[in-house]
Amino acid sequence: MDEQHTVRRRLVVVGGGMVAHRLVEALTDRDLDGAWQVDVFAEESRPPYDRVALTSFFSGRDPDDLLLGEPELWHRDGVRLHTNAAVQRIDTERREVHARGRRFPYDALVIATGSYPAVPPVPGSDLPGAFVYRTVDDVTELRAWATTRHLKRPVRGAVVGGGLLGLEAAGALTAMGVETTVVEFAPRLMPIQVDEGGGEGLRRLIEKLGVNVRTATATSKVRAGSNGRVNRMDFADGSKLPVDLVVFATGVRPRDELAREAGLPVGDRGGVVVDETCATGTPDVYAIGEVACIEGRTWGLVAPGYTMAEIVADRLLGGSATFPGADTSTKLKLLGVDVASFGDAFAESPGALEVVYADPVAGAYKKLVLSDDAQTLLGGVLVGDASAYASLRPMVGQKLGADPTAWLLPEGASAAPAADLPDAANVCSCNNVSAGAIRCAVSEEGCTDLAGVKACTKAGTSCGSCLPLVKKLVGSELEKSGVAVSNALCEHFELSRAQLFDVVRVQDLGTFSEILERHGTGRGCDICRPVVASILASLGTGHVLDRDTARLQDTNDHVMANLQKDGTYSVVPRVPGGEITPQGLIDIGQVASDFGLYTKITGGQRIDLFGARIEQLPSIWQRLVDAGFESGHAYGKALRTVKSCVGSQWCRYGVQDSVALAIALELRYRGLRSPHKIKLGVSGCARECAEARSKDVGVIATEHGWNVYVGGNGGFTPRHAQLFAEDLSTDDLVRTIDRFLMYYVRTADRLQRTAAWVEEHEGGLEAIADVVIDDSLGIGADLDAAMACHVDGYVDEWAATLADPEKRAQFVSFVNAPDTQDDGVGGAIDNRGTVIAGPTLEVRR
Amino acid sequence: MTLTPDRVTTWTRICPVDRLIPERGVAALVDSEPVAVFLLDDDGSGEVRVHAVAHHDPFSNANVMARGIIGSVGTGEDYRDTVASPMYKQVFDLATGQCLTEPGVCLSVYPVRLVDGHVEIGHGAPPSGP
Repeated sequence: MDEQHTVRRRLVVVGGGMVAHRLVEALTDRDLDGAWQVDVFAEESRPPYDRVALTSFFSGRDPDDLLLGEPELWHRDGVRLHTNAAVQRIDTERREVHARGRRFPYDALVIATGSYPAVPPVPGSDLPGAFVYRTVDDVTELRAWATTRHLKRPVRGAVVGGGLLGLEAAGALTAMGVETTVVEFAPRLMPIQVDEGGGEGLRRLIEKLGVNVRTATATSKVRAGSNGRVNRMDFADGSKLPVDLVVFATGVRPRDELAREAGLPVGDRGGVVVDETCATGTPDVYAIGEVACIEGRTWGLVAPGYTMAEIVADRLLGGSATFPGADTSTKLKLLGVDVASFGDAFAESPGALEVVYADPVAGAYKKLVLSDDAQTLLGGVLVGDASAYASLRPMVGQKLGADPTAWLLPEGASAAPAADLPDAANVCSCNNVSAGAIRCAVSEEGCTDLAGVKACTKAGTSCGSCLPLVKKLVGSELEKSGVAVSNALCEHFELSRAQLFDVVRVQDLGTFSEILERHGTGRGCDICRPVVASILASLGTGHVLDRDTARLQDTNDHVMANLQKDGTYSVVPRVPGGEITPQGLIDIGQVASDFGLYTKITGGQRIDLFGARIEQLPSIWQRLVDAGFESGHAYGKALRTVKSCVGSQWCRYGVQDSVALAIALELRYRGLRSPHKIKLGVSGCARECAEARSKDVGVIATEHGWNVYVGGNGGFTPRHAQLFAEDLSTDDLVRTIDRFLMYYVRTADRLQRTAAWVEEHEGGLEAIADVVIDDSLGIGADLDAAMACHVDGYVDEWAATLADPEKRAQFVSFVNAPDTQDDGVGGAIDNRGTVIAGPTLEVRR
Repeated sequence: MTLTPDRVTTWTRICPVDRLIPERGVAALVDSEPVAVFLLDDDGSGEVRVHAVAHHDPFSNANVMARGIIGSVGTGEDYRDTVASPMYKQVFDLATGQCLTEPGVCLSVYPVRLVDGHVEIGHGAPPSGP
């Protein structure tokens, strides 16, 4: 590329935050000719990360999980990211910046230095124990301070500032067990986003969670104790509050000092003044994000910053984009409380009408702001239940159509009105994706599912709050374009797997013939038959080789081994938790040696024996069962393994006995049939050596119990499991996993792993947590009973097969020549000399 | 090519019918050729239906067809009984041996008869593909 463009233009980006990331991503995505070489100077040690999600870092997330986008971005041709590299000076005369003692010339300069936390001039605000809340490092320090106090009572903390950031910080403190007080100068919480009613509702909900709230309170001083650390706050009204730490979350100020020194004009309240194209008055110098003063003010939100980044990317490539105005809509979950504000939330438009629904008991407050004819939506505030946000926000400026009150009633009281969004409506405000763009992705670009549309348009890839709406739009557009959005299992069943599961369970159907007769057509096929086999197995009916179910099994389940490319099978005995005795190893080794099998250690901490002929399987298993092994279900859509690290039994760092728990879980869930394979992992400490977060269910030990993560997998689309519940006792942990797995088994689609199931589930992980942890559907006892039934009903399939002459007789090479070895199976695989064929054992039967 | 019963020179008795599991296959050796034999459920006619096709899967080049799952495609005139290869899941018409998912590939089909409660497979000229 360089040969074609001997001179690349040099773009220097000052600042390495979220907005800088968006700029580089947008520019390099579109700069197909490689016209620009980009140098990004970041003050922090990390590549750009998701500051909005900072609090999630407290719930055990690795800081690396917060990194934005694909790491590959920083290795793209022509892109260089300099970390730990604060720019010292901008020289607009010589068109260069100074950083790390060097000078970097530019053809275009973008200032994206963001903001810094504004700490009010309160005496004592710089004492040890006073913090701000802006960077990963801030949060790391705060966490270290709060969790290493070793007091004989809970740590006491105060957050000064009851806005977005303050409540985020209060949530983080509460999560660490800190007794938290929020101190707000204004008469209500979140004064910028919500009105008085909303603030009151919010206060009620937050106090219910054990957080103290003091509004209309001015802090006059932070005092130190005898050790020089923060120990008391004094307020203007004379009252005092004993505290061990204080977090200041009282707003941000633009970091415009480099620009000031370079002589660029700044706004009255700071910020580099730019026009609607984000250009400063100085040629080729732009400012974007929180440092930019656009239309006379700065914006402390990421969405307008992203818009500015897109504008500059467009301008650098010769486009003519301009700033359309900031969308200040917000939806957040603060301390578990939903808060949303959008459009003209304070009804400041002339003649605006307000429709309010308040339920102080349930803690819900909802308000819509409408035009004077009550037709057009202007804005709104939702506290306690913000489920309507995704549908309402894009309707701002549009006619609501239905009776507006229908949008405000609690879910279930009435069907939420279905509005036909105009193409121009902005659905994803983080990434500026319109309803039209989403429809286009389906109708023009050929996307056929949510994942495809996300990849194509970026809609829903930042905060994710619009995903339910995106999903709906994709569904209706697919229908329109004639693609049947069918959940049908196959040509024989109109029902989806989940629906079929329900009817089989409710109607108590026990055989494939009955199920086919009542709900299907034809003879079935290789898709629906194994699904029915799995459903029947989950409902606890009989052995896989019983006459009516035998016909349904895929060959792996039918012979209880894994078919390999040459027609032989592999055999995997269960090794619960990966714990095995020396004699067990010897026994497996002896079997492999005697039958001439290739051996390999699996990723699930057990041993796979390859090259077994179908007629050898019973003899191999007789030996294994005699040695105390049982089926490992490596062949089934079923629980595979519970991987573990060595845990507190041996490890210097382990805090819980991960092996014992892994064994208990594996013995509990062994044989559980499911829509896809299921893997679990248990780590004995936060170092996570068992890689539990790459499992469908991952358990990580804490000082106080177990954290459980769900929805992870390796494979084609790797996913990290997400935190589901924290510090559980072993009993609570087991019940949580019981319900999660059983709910998944009942409601997932065929071959849908937990990660995809969580994503597709209405309401996502939170909704699943409501069902599993809070029993919102009232099915908890039913799920518990189903799991108990599974646990009690477990028998080893292989031992049962060996004990039944009719089943055992099915394992032959040829029905009329059972002792003849089939030459069309096996023998073609190069084992690199690892298999030393032992004596050829006679196949007994 | 399908061997029609009138060209059969020899019938090989392979096993009693009740040795077969309904809606599943077994492999048998017929004149040294591996054959997959399937017993289909009574469709109401009272007639016992047994199909025999080559055990060799042309896609994986392994003898595995007898371990496939039985099924059907279509309705009415287009109805076909099928077997799906257990290896890569191609679907074959049990009556004609034709692969329905990748046209042009075919399994040999063998004539079957029931004598004294036993399954017999016919062979004569070596069965081969089209």
